[in-house]
Amino acid sequence: MINIFEVNETNKMIEQEKLDVRTITMGISLLDCCDSDLDTLNQNIYDKITRVAKDLVSVGRDIEVEYGIPIVNKRISVTPIALVGGRACSSPEDFVTIAMTLDKAAKKTEVNFLGGYSALVSKGMTKTDEHLIRSIPMALSSTERVCSSVNIGSTKTGINMDAVKLMGETVKETAEATRENSSLGCAKLVVFCNAPDDNPFMAGAFHGVTEGDAVINVGVSGPGVVKRALEGVRGENFEVLCETVKKTAFKVTRAGQLVAQEASERLGIPFGIVDLSLAPTPSVGDSVAEILEEMGLESVGAPGTTAALALLNDQVKKGGVMASSFVGGLSGAFLPVSEDQGMIDAVNRGALTIEKLEAMTCVCSVGLDMIAIPGNTSAATISGIIADEAAIGMINQKTTAVRLIPVIGKDVGDTVEFGGLLGYAPVQRVNPFGCEAFINRGGRIPAPIHSFKN
Amino acid sequence: MKKTIITVVGKDAVGIIATLCTYLADNQINVEDISQTIVQGYFNMMMIVDANSSSKSFGEMVRELEHIGDEIGVKIRCQHEDIFNKMHRI
Repeated sequence: MINIFEVNETNKMIEQEKLDVRTITMGISLLDCCDSDLDTLNQNIYDKITRVAKDLVSVGRDIEVEYGIPIVNKRISVTPIALVGGRACSSPEDFVTIAMTLDKAAKKTEVNFLGGYSALVSKGMTKTDEHLIRSIPMALSSTERVCSSVNIGSTKTGINMDAVKLMGETVKETAEATRENSSLGCAKLVVFCNAPDDNPFMAGAFHGVTEGDAVINVGVSGPGVVKRALEGVRGENFEVLCETVKKTAFKVTRAGQLVAQEASERLGIPFGIVDLSLAPTPSVGDSVAEILEEMGLESVGAPGTTAALALLNDQVKKGGVMASSFVGGLSGAFLPVSEDQGMIDAVNRGALTIEKLEAMTCVCSVGLDMIAIPGNTSAATISGIIADEAAIGMINQKTTAVRLIPVIGKDVGDTVEFGGLLGYAPVQRVNPFGCEAFINRGGRIPAPIHSFKN
Repeated sequence: MKKTIITVVGKDAVGIIATLCTYLADNQINVEDISQTIVQGYFNMMMIVDANSSSKSFGEMVRELEHIGDEIGVKIRCQHEDIFNKMHRI
C-alpha cells in the first residue's frame, strides 16, 4: 500500500520541482488523404485531423485533473507533407495552402503546435520535396502553429549536400520572412540527420511513414526533479551520482508511461513510445544546465561539461528504459539555449560557445537548438553548421539537428525575446571564416563505413 | 476498483478532518485509510478513499475539495492512486 512519504515525494516533485509531462503528441497518417486536386486534398487533410484528434485536448485535460500532474502541451504530428502533397502541388505556393489548412486544423483541435510540414531528403530530392522546402519561409510566416522539419542525412545514406545548401538558404529566408517577429519562424524549423519517425517533441515532430494510422507518443520532462535529487548527494562519488539520476529518471518516466497508456486507452488510439528526454523550460529550476552545474561544474561550458552531459544522458536512458514498455523518439537531454535559463546565463558569462555546444551534441540529443546568431550570418555559413552537425549524427549513428535563428537586425551582444516556452536568447558569435566553396560543391557525402571504429 | 488518494497540507486548525469527512460522507465516498502527522504546527494528512459509488465526477470532486481547502486555509489534492503506484512500485 502506498504510504504518506511516497505520496508527499510525488506531490513535492510536481509542486516544487516542476515535474510534468511535457507533451502528448498524436501522430496522424495523412497518406489516405492524397488526391490530385488541391482543394480536395486540403479538405481531406482538415477533415481527418479534426476527426481523429477532436478529443485530444479534452482527454489530456481530464488526465491532468485526475492524476494531478500537468501535461504542458497537446500536439499533433502528421505524415511529411512532401509525401502527401506530391500529386496536387506543382509549386511552392500550392504547398503553402496545405500549411494554412494544417494551421486551421491545429486551431480547431486547440493544439499549440502541429508538426510535419516536412520533407525527407537524406539521399535525394524530388521536385516535390524541393517545392516544399522552397515554400517553408512563406509557410512559416503565414501560419502560427505549423512546425517544419527536413531530414538531410542519415547514417545509411550519407548527407545530401544539395539539401544542406538549400536549407542554409531556407533558414535565412525564413528569418527574413519573419523579421518583424524576431525571426521567430526559424524557431519552428529543424534540420535533421537521422530523424526519428516517432518524435513527440516540436519543432521536429512528424508521423513517419512506417507508423500506423494514428499513434500516441509522450514526451516526459523533469530536469528540476533530477537537479533536486542531486542536491542530496553533493560530494558523493560517481557511482552514487549515477544511481541517483537513474532512480529519478525511472520515477519521472513512469509518470509519462502512465499518462501515455491512459491517453491511448481513452482516445482508442495505440500507444507508440515514451520519449525519455530531459526537456528544460525557461522557468527557474527547470534547467538541464543547472543539473550539470550541480554535478560540480562552475558553469556549463567549463571543461568537464561533455563528460557530465554524457553521464547524465546515459543514466536517464538506463533509468527510463526500465520504466517504459516502449522507448523511442529523441530520448536524450535537450540543450535549447533560449529555453534554459542556465544555458542563457552561461552564454552571458562567456562560458558557453557554439563550438562547445557542438561538442556536447556528440554525446546527447538533439543538436544545436534554439541558438540565436547574428542576422548577417551568410546562408553558406548556416549550411556549414548544418553539415557539421549532420556529420556528427551520421558518423555516430545518432539523431542530430540544427535549429538556428539568424535574428535579422541583431548582432553579438544583443538579446532577442521569443516569448512563452521559447524563452529569450543572447545572440551568439559565429566563427567568421567562410565555407562557401565547400558548400557550393553540390552532390552527396557518401555513407560512412561501419567498421574500423575510431 | 481504483482508489483515490486525498492529501491535505497546511497550517493545523480545529475541524480540518471533520470538514473533509463531512464532504466525503455527503458524497458517498468511503474512507479506507488515514495517516496523519503534524510537524512544527503543519498538518499533513493522506487518505485512501473509494469514490466509485459517488455520483460526482472526478473533476467535480477535485474542484470542490480544492474549494473547501481554500475556505479552511489548507491545500487539498485529490488524485488517482495509479500515479503513486507507478512511480514508487516496480
